[in-house]
Amino acid sequence: MTDNARDWPLWEVFVRSRQGLAHKHVGSLHAADGEMAQQNARDVYTRRREGESIWVVLSSEIVASAPDDKGALFDPAEDKVYRHPTFYHVPDEVENL
Amino acid sequence: MKDDNARFEYLLRLGDNSLILGHRLSEWCGHGPVLEEDIAMSNIALDLVGQARLWLAHAAETEGAGRDEDTLAFHRDAFDWRNVLLVEQPNGDFAHTMVRQFLFDVHAVELYRGLSGSTDETVAAIAAKSLKEAIYHRRHSGQWIIRMGDGTEESHARAQAALDDLWGYSHELFDDDALVERLVADSIAVPGAELKPAWDAEVDQVLGQATLSRPSDDWRVDGGSQGVHSEHLGYLLAEMQFLPRAYPGAKW
Repeated sequence: MTDNARDWPLWEVFVRSRQGLAHKHVGSLHAADGEMAQQNARDVYTRRREGESIWVVLSSEIVASAPDDKGALFDPAEDKVYRHPTFYHVPDEVENL
Repeated sequence: MKDDNARFEYLLRLGDNSLILGHRLSEWCGHGPVLEEDIAMSNIALDLVGQARLWLAHAAETEGAGRDEDTLAFHRDAFDWRNVLLVEQPNGDFAHTMVRQFLFDVHAVELYRGLSGSTDETVAAIAAKSLKEAIYHRRHSGQWIIRMGDGTEESHARAQAALDDLWGYSHELFDDDALVERLVADSIAVPGAELKPAWDAEVDQVLGQATLSRPSDDWRVDGGSQGVHSEHLGYLLAEMQFLPRAYPGAKW
């Protein structure tokens, strides 16, 4: 292996495993362009029928929350139990809620 | 009986093309330019070997002489192989590998599209399955041709050199001999000449995008489908067949 991959941008890969489900992040890879990223994602992440739709996005285009903001962003939700729909009955037939 | 023999020979050509190219491509495994491409090439190699198994199994059944796909793959010497010379050419640099693949893939798509209407139902079924794989292979190799041709000065020069080196081997893919013509008459096979216009159009379109020039048709080499091979096939077979020949019936 040469170092070429390091010159190529990093892409994040999202795969939808079935119709009706959301795309899920499955990993990342290097590719020179979007088409190559699509093909590489297909070959690296869907070899065993894991998916039926692929999204790839440049890792550099993702706006991520800062680890330091964790407290301010997420802790306030801690004591707000009324936000959880725990008083509803979910029918057994609903699989993917 | 005579037709079964023609059909056997034709199936060998199909199976041998896939197997030899698949083996060649598998030589890249662990040596790919980047990890992702290494996996992509190994996937394609496995697709081709899988297609070869189906073709050779059907060939063995058609022959009805007690041989199976493994006997055909591992216990035939070079002069009994019926693959075109293109697929046995060495990998060379990455450009040579991709150009060889592209010239083959474009043909495979058209061939399998045609064969999926074959009156031999097994041929039609194998072709229909292989067509989906071939369309992906063509997309993969075609994108690389464009990327290299329309890339840096070096990648362009290497892609053009590979194209010039391998172009003369592409014509054999379209040869229609008496055997093909007989099977075409029974609508089992499709004539190579019928595939050529679509091949030309697709290749020209990709070469145009890749800013590569189409080489002239002033030389050609052939003979593989008649069993006359280049020296490269012997070395390939020696490596591919060593284990089953040294340890008959070995399992793992």
